[in-house]
Amino acid sequence: MAKMHVTTTINGEPEEFLCDPHDSMLDMLRGALGLTGAKEGCGTGDCGACSIMLDGRLVCSCLMLAPEAEGKKIDTIEGMARGETLHPLQQKFLEMAALQCGICTPGVLMASRALLERNPDPTESEVRFWLAGNLCRCTGYDKIVRAVMETAAEMRGAAR
Amino acid sequence: MNVINNKWIGQSTIRPDGADKVTGRASYSADTTMPGMIWGKVLRSPHAHARIVSIDTSRAEALPGVKAVVTHKDIVDFPLDKSVMLGIQDMRWMCRNVMAREKALFHGHPIAAVAAMSERIAAEACRLIEVEYEVLPHVIEIEDAIKPDAPILHDFVSFEGRPSNIAGKLEHKLGEVEAGFAAADVVIERSFTTRPVHQGYIEPHSCLVSVVDGKATIWSSSQGQFMVRAMTSLLTGIPQSDIRAIPAEIGGGFGGKTIIYLEPVATILAKKTGRPVKMVMSREEVMRATGPTSGSMSTVKIGAKKDGTIVAAQGTFYLQAGGLPGSPIRGAAGCAFAPYNIPNVLSTGFDVVSNRSKVAAYRAPGAPIGAYAVECVLDEVAEALKMDPLALRLKNAARQGTKAAHGPVYPVIGFVETIEAAMAHPHSQAPLGKHQGRGVASGFWFNAGGESSAQVNVTEDGNVVVTTGHPDIGGSRASIANITAELLGIDYKRVSVLIGDTATIGYSNLTGGSRVLFASAMVVTQSTEKVIKTLCERAAKIWKIDPEAVVWEDGEAKPAGENAGKFPGLSLAQIAAKASETGGPIGAGVQQNTQGAEGGFATHVCDVEVDVDLGIVRVLRYTSFQDVGRAVHPAYVEGQMQGGAAQGIGWALSEEYLYDKNGKVDNASFLDYRMPVCSDLPMLDAVMIEVPNPKHPQGVRGVGEVPLVPPLAAVANAVANALGKRFYSLPMSPPRVLEVLDGA
Repeated sequence: MAKMHVTTTINGEPEEFLCDPHDSMLDMLRGALGLTGAKEGCGTGDCGACSIMLDGRLVCSCLMLAPEAEGKKIDTIEGMARGETLHPLQQKFLEMAALQCGICTPGVLMASRALLERNPDPTESEVRFWLAGNLCRCTGYDKIVRAVMETAAEMRGAAR
Repeated sequence: MNVINNKWIGQSTIRPDGADKVTGRASYSADTTMPGMIWGKVLRSPHAHARIVSIDTSRAEALPGVKAVVTHKDIVDFPLDKSVMLGIQDMRWMCRNVMAREKALFHGHPIAAVAAMSERIAAEACRLIEVEYEVLPHVIEIEDAIKPDAPILHDFVSFEGRPSNIAGKLEHKLGEVEAGFAAADVVIERSFTTRPVHQGYIEPHSCLVSVVDGKATIWSSSQGQFMVRAMTSLLTGIPQSDIRAIPAEIGGGFGGKTIIYLEPVATILAKKTGRPVKMVMSREEVMRATGPTSGSMSTVKIGAKKDGTIVAAQGTFYLQAGGLPGSPIRGAAGCAFAPYNIPNVLSTGFDVVSNRSKVAAYRAPGAPIGAYAVECVLDEVAEALKMDPLALRLKNAARQGTKAAHGPVYPVIGFVETIEAAMAHPHSQAPLGKHQGRGVASGFWFNAGGESSAQVNVTEDGNVVVTTGHPDIGGSRASIANITAELLGIDYKRVSVLIGDTATIGYSNLTGGSRVLFASAMVVTQSTEKVIKTLCERAAKIWKIDPEAVVWEDGEAKPAGENAGKFPGLSLAQIAAKASETGGPIGAGVQQNTQGAEGGFATHVCDVEVDVDLGIVRVLRYTSFQDVGRAVHPAYVEGQMQGGAAQGIGWALSEEYLYDKNGKVDNASFLDYRMPVCSDLPMLDAVMIEVPNPKHPQGVRGVGEVPLVPPLAAVANAVANALGKRFYSLPMSPPRVLEVLDGA
């Protein structure tokens, strides 16, 4: 089968790759593109560990076909920090111990950033329902929810 | 919280591996690749129970892109008549679990494996393997498996002189239960069932193995690189000295990664092909063929005097082992009554095989099952006696000197403190609304010590590198850094903590049994103390005084005794800079079989609300009270307590395996196997109580497993309190709740 040529933008940089029509975006990210921050926990869109942004929308990259990246803007966990400077969410997750094994963390962070971009002042319920697509088996979500709300409060303070 | 004025112990420092994990840089097992790497895939049984008549791999081998095929013939056999134990694992069962030999024992049991140029070709080749099966009648549930006419899984298993699916029995006995019950004013006996639940780690099993010149290197996600090395060695015949097992970052284990599935298969494929072989399970494979913990069938009888004194207790616990023997009956029968001072106890566990995937350890294996039955019956005893359920527990609580039915006489323990804290907490007095209820339950876990190794080295620029041998699942590196920084009196950031592989650090037992911080803190402390002694000797040499006249204080060597104040102190960096001229590199290692791990206790309080129209139980408030010994890193101790509570809530309310009539798991996905998601839970309050373990340099007790012991009963008792009706089986999922409400 002939490979497809895809031209896209990943974390602000132009990128191109060859893929089979049935390859998932997650397979391309983790394989040829070497971006292994997105994890495969289920492959069926249930755990959220592979979360990325596609033109500003949160998606499970395991459910996205790689050719769909053509002409789009993709953001992954690898683009969240600026060099050594962590995003406030990343920093807060560390300070508040909002991760244990860390396998869900990239997806949770991508989803949390997407939430705060839309809603800078979420209630606890809004955080919980927004993150309901990101499974975490270690933390019981308590410290994750607290870290997201705390970051939101700090970012609002900084924006003032 | 900390009785001693510590600078680092008791601080929730930022974990050394943290930045890697929030940026996606951390390298988990499936993130690893190698040049020339090919892919392995497993062919699994489509039958729940079948004799394997023949396996023909010729068509698969002929497929372009296929490099090798393995079957059970390539795995070292451990004959059924001779037990070979590795820790608690019997290699007779491990070899048959990794690759079916005589029979396929569950749907999803590995039959063969292929290595090919791509995953897709490997999967296609698996379909070309021709297996002739003689399909046998299967049995899934315990009640069916122990019937006299049940299909028998193993000819070699007999019980009371007859072929049976009961593969083992364990009994703990104290006093005389019959006499005890005769003296009781109230006796309550109830039977319970629980369903198997999966550990639910988000990272599927995976590995990458390269074999060069007969020497294997294994990158894999496990709870113990030394376990990976030992089991792979036994199953492949490669000596341990020729296997290097490298622990990748691990994406959750909860006990489920204390055994291996893929590593020996990938090793044999790599050896046959001369290429590195990568194998990654799908979620479906994880759900069908790994873990879970046992389902159970239990009966518990408790007798008490009018004043609440428990005089006798009896428990019978049947646990599913899966297709091969070995369920956690020790945890169920041993921990069930362990929180209480009861003079007459008979606690019996039965290990029952059936055509399910072989169970694996899951956080306090067996203990939640025992505690569920006991703590629910205790609630009914309290009701019958019109006593507060916490007061009943307090009256009978085990203390220092209590003799437990499973053997020990307790040393200093903190169980009473957890109950008192629960009674005094605002949660216990908070008002409840309509269809709301409150439940309490307690629990115990043994905790463990065992083998650990550590190496503490001072760098030439005066910083410190600590290496231990335990995969870090929940922040143990941060705790080790806290302890090392505290002992040396230096900044936490000057301590780097690494997990060694099997070639770079001494033997260290699994990350399991709530043992890691207990054991590794012990060997790290002793290693650091040796380093400090050396630092003092080097300072003495520089000052030309007696080494006995030097002390280590605030990160400096200082002259002491009659020399006090004669020389300015020498820092770690100053001594390190002169290491070569004062005797050479500075470092020390300790390898030890650590002793003195003492049991852990917890008491949980749970509030629920039941939607009586939809049958949905919602947890409104949850507070855990636990004796944590000493919280070296409080945030990660809280994290253990919160995570265990969440898993217990899932076990109680929503998680279960559903089987179809052919013995196939019907819900092998995260969509259909319903673990708690963020919107299912409230905040989970964790109250840490510190009753230091006197046998540990920092007072550490294991904290990781106790949190999963009380929740099943805490939730069940809360639902009973809300509805005035009791449940005797888990999960209390909406259909079951509606059944009970309808009086069905």
